[in-house]
Amino acid sequence: MKNKNLISITDFSKEEQLHLLDVAEEFAKNPRQRILADKIVATLFFEPSTRTRLSFESAANQLGARIIGFSDASNSSVTKGETLKDTILMVSNYADLIVMRHPREGSARYASEVAKVPVINAGDGANQHPTQCLLDLYSIRKTQGRLDNLNIAFVGDLKYGRTVHSLTQALCNFNCTFHFVSPVELKMPSYVKQTVKDNKLEYHQYTELSDVIPFADIIYMTRVQRERFADPMEYERVKNSCILNKAMLAGCKENMKILHPLPRVNEIATDVDNTPYAYYFQQAHNGVFVRQALMSLILGAKE
Amino acid sequence: MVKKELIVSAIENGTVIDHIVSSEVFRVMRLLNLEKCEETVYMGSNLESQKLGKKGIIKVANRFFAPEEINKIALVSPNATIIEIRNFEVTKKTKVELPQTVKGIVKCMNPNCITNHEVIETNFTVVQNPDVKLKCHFCEKFTTKENMEFL
Repeated sequence: MKNKNLISITDFSKEEQLHLLDVAEEFAKNPRQRILADKIVATLFFEPSTRTRLSFESAANQLGARIIGFSDASNSSVTKGETLKDTILMVSNYADLIVMRHPREGSARYASEVAKVPVINAGDGANQHPTQCLLDLYSIRKTQGRLDNLNIAFVGDLKYGRTVHSLTQALCNFNCTFHFVSPVELKMPSYVKQTVKDNKLEYHQYTELSDVIPFADIIYMTRVQRERFADPMEYERVKNSCILNKAMLAGCKENMKILHPLPRVNEIATDVDNTPYAYYFQQAHNGVFVRQALMSLILGAKE
Repeated sequence: MVKKELIVSAIENGTVIDHIVSSEVFRVMRLLNLEKCEETVYMGSNLESQKLGKKGIIKVANRFFAPEEINKIALVSPNATIIEIRNFEVTKKTKVELPQTVKGIVKCMNPNCITNHEVIETNFTVVQNPDVKLKCHFCEKFTTKENMEFL
């Protein structure tokens, strides 16, 4: 994977994804390894995303790399009208690897074609966020011991949630069965369902979260935003259908784990946090190991 | 035969693009950059056609097109026929085929795509299942046939 870009999860084959998860497991056991001590990582955040940036920077720091960059485009020459191409070319001179978040879709792919160093996409608008997808795969494998033949429930805003789209596509490699729970307005887009069908896998659609609790191995929760609804009355009607609380978990499978890309608002009641099913904070922690693995593989410090 | 020649003259050497969707003749002219062509160009629109009812036709003297140059017109006229004429004889007749990629001629319909905000040549993969759609190489969103806007 040396010198590869990671823009979309599909840029990595199934084998590469699994290898990366193996390397991430090594980092989980031994996170402080100064194997990138001679490297400079640029974190270019053209829009703020504190969580993702800190996770990347923590990962890079633990590997001994030095970090340059900006956390908001207003601190960069973008405000002076510099094009993305020029910014990327300039930064290519200063760093060995670029981690980039940008509000426009396609910006990361474009940057990877302009840059002289590898580019990792840390989110390009509503398009892709592949390291989120990898840390989700890692968390599923870690909690279930495997990725194959699982019942995966996705809950909430399935229409606009990019993480659920790419995770569904990635899990199509692993013979999973999908359960899509959402208000009618926020159903999974047809192109994602088509991918499931093309892989000869099954999906089922629901409007009530309680319907999937008895058989799900993973419940992947997402936030339902009021702004997504044209009719505010409709939001009021459905807002509770995708909220999870502790009482609802009676009768769930013992191995079941709840994931969430965070930040959470009210879709998971806080009384769930102390149950053995809550995994969302560890999930975020796993992101550091996955990003350590990714940066070391791309920079050739791991094979 | 006589009637046909009266409508659009025969050419000695060059290319005839037949069975163009009538309303797309001007677009085909533009896609092939024939507006700036210095050779003789005939174009006809709303001609009688058994196949299409009405059709458009373009004849260009002394010009021959490579497949990758001409196949892009399949986006607007999927049934177009390309006829090469040498010494008044038809020497080759082919149907246009949809190209696998389309670069620089169509705008991405996603307003938030980077190609609509910086000077970047657009680049699409052509997908047919069953309708023709263009998948943006950058933002990965689809531009459907009805929404295709030519640059």
